[in-house]
Amino acid sequence: MRPVYMISGGITKFKKAHPDKDFRLMVKQAFDYAMNDVPNLTLEMIDGSVASYFSDHFTRQLMAGIMVQDYLGLCPKPSKRIEGGGATGGLCFQAAWESIASGRMNVCVAYGFETMSRVNTWKGNEFIAHASDTNFDYPVGGFYTGYYAMMAQRHMHEFGTTVEQMALVSIKNHGNAQYNSYAQSPMKLTIEDVRSSAMVSTPLTMLDICAMSDGAAVAILASEDMAQKLSDNPVRITGIGSGTDAMRMADRPHGKVILLPHESEDDYKELKYPGVHSFRGGRMASKLAYDMAGINNPLEELDFVELHDAYTSSEIQTYEDMGLCKYGEGGGFIEEGYPFMPNIDYGINLNVKKRIPVNPSGGLLACGHPVGATGIMQAVFASWQLQGTIKKHLGNDELQLKNIKRGAIHSHAGTGTYITISILEKSS
Amino acid sequence: MQKKIKLQETEEGTILFNVDPIIIKHHYEIDYIHSYAQDSAFFAGLANKKLLGSKCTKCSYIFATPRSHCMECGAKTEWYELPKQGEVHTFTTCYFGSEAFLKETPFTLILVEFEGVNTLFLSRLVGVKPENVKIGMKIKAQFLRNSKFKSTDVYFVPA
Ligand SMILES: [Zn+2]
Repeated sequence: MRPVYMISGGITKFKKAHPDKDFRLMVKQAFDYAMNDVPNLTLEMIDGSVASYFSDHFTRQLMAGIMVQDYLGLCPKPSKRIEGGGATGGLCFQAAWESIASGRMNVCVAYGFETMSRVNTWKGNEFIAHASDTNFDYPVGGFYTGYYAMMAQRHMHEFGTTVEQMALVSIKNHGNAQYNSYAQSPMKLTIEDVRSSAMVSTPLTMLDICAMSDGAAVAILASEDMAQKLSDNPVRITGIGSGTDAMRMADRPHGKVILLPHESEDDYKELKYPGVHSFRGGRMASKLAYDMAGINNPLEELDFVELHDAYTSSEIQTYEDMGLCKYGEGGGFIEEGYPFMPNIDYGINLNVKKRIPVNPSGGLLACGHPVGATGIMQAVFASWQLQGTIKKHLGNDELQLKNIKRGAIHSHAGTGTYITISILEKSS
Repeated sequence: MQKKIKLQETEEGTILFNVDPIIIKHHYEIDYIHSYAQDSAFFAGLANKKLLGSKCTKCSYIFATPRSHCMECGAKTEWYELPKQGEVHTFTTCYFGSEAFLKETPFTLILVEFEGVNTLFLSRLVGVKPENVKIGMKIKAQFLRNSKFKSTDVYFVPA
């Protein structure tokens, strides 16, 4: 396999609705932004693309991908669509990585989009719920927040995780977003604010949940030769991993934990795994990505993480899957301050030992979740962090992490069915 | 004189929400001819007030939600009648939901755990106030008198 680099990225500001732009124009704007960042790259040098979008229902259009391909002027170059629910963006990013690593392409564009505003919110929830088993699960009350709420409830029962700990995730991510000009809901919140917002599905309130949005994101990946030619600051993708689990949560087994190098079987003697409290696919993705990147202890060897915080509870669950802490310690991990940004005032007292900022961008909770764009948005923010170009792109450097070398991005589909993790590193 | 060629027009209009950009109402509806295929016996079971899971013919793994092949070893499974009593493995009360279920809110979803069965079953819990639902609560299956051949033909109530 050849080394693969991300040389550029672009995003549109995610919004509740973008009625003035269709999906083609949104991608075009993100694409032009990315192209402008590497001025020596021309359309002729691009070998092909991968399209990321989740739902034909939302788009009201089959084969929307090819409409983007022609709009961008990339026909007749090769392209394909990747789809895997909420992880669509992460899977697309990895498909682009594969096309470069295999030698098939030297420059590949990963573009993602979703227009979710063309139906009302509750119809949108109904579409998304069709991404659960339509024979057994959907008819019972198909509602994704309900599914995640059941997982959160079990995590609380199993490990003593609290709703206040979940609220801290909301405080952190909305708080970080105050400095991200791309984020749609920057807010300075208190635990009280999160708990007193409308109850959606116990224990999750409106402020524990991300918002459906319209938006697009683009990542341009290249081989070493092309990366050196086109960019003085490319980011190397040193590891990719992905995993899966059964569509129906009810089918998840209760067996043994998949161990990471820094863990031992003794850590989890009593734990039945993954049950519905943990995402086995996320652990598998972590293991594979860490193996490829040569990471033995993620807490020590990663400098930041952009992860799929569709729910505050799933961010806590993901700390554990990624091995940032042990299974069961996710609630304590945020309470002790690890995932907060070092320089931001959240209005709470943090008793911090060590930091590994999680979702410096504000994540899905504060940026929004236009499904096909989301996983690629994470790659864009992570690459800007590693390039040290946050100020250039966001207009201020509050979110720029100093002395960083390596970050991880994590993309996740419904109740943990598809999960991807990619490791990005500074190349110079 | 030659007749003027003209497309026959109708008086059906378009519902317009906005003009810049133009936003119109687009209706879309479909009836599927949906088959439960290899899962059909489960739905027939509900009509007969039976809850059917699956048991692997090779490794004996028991699935509360049926599947005709084993997820552990790939062998064929056989139908396995589940006990009518179980306990709440986890739960949530939904105050919002998909459009199709909004009128039913609030409703309580549960994953049911059965003694000696390896996996769980998604259902609704009826007749318990949201604040009184607890993990580990004993519950029993109840069936609709007139089956609709849907997974909602069964629901649970306190045992
Ligand atoms: Zn078996």
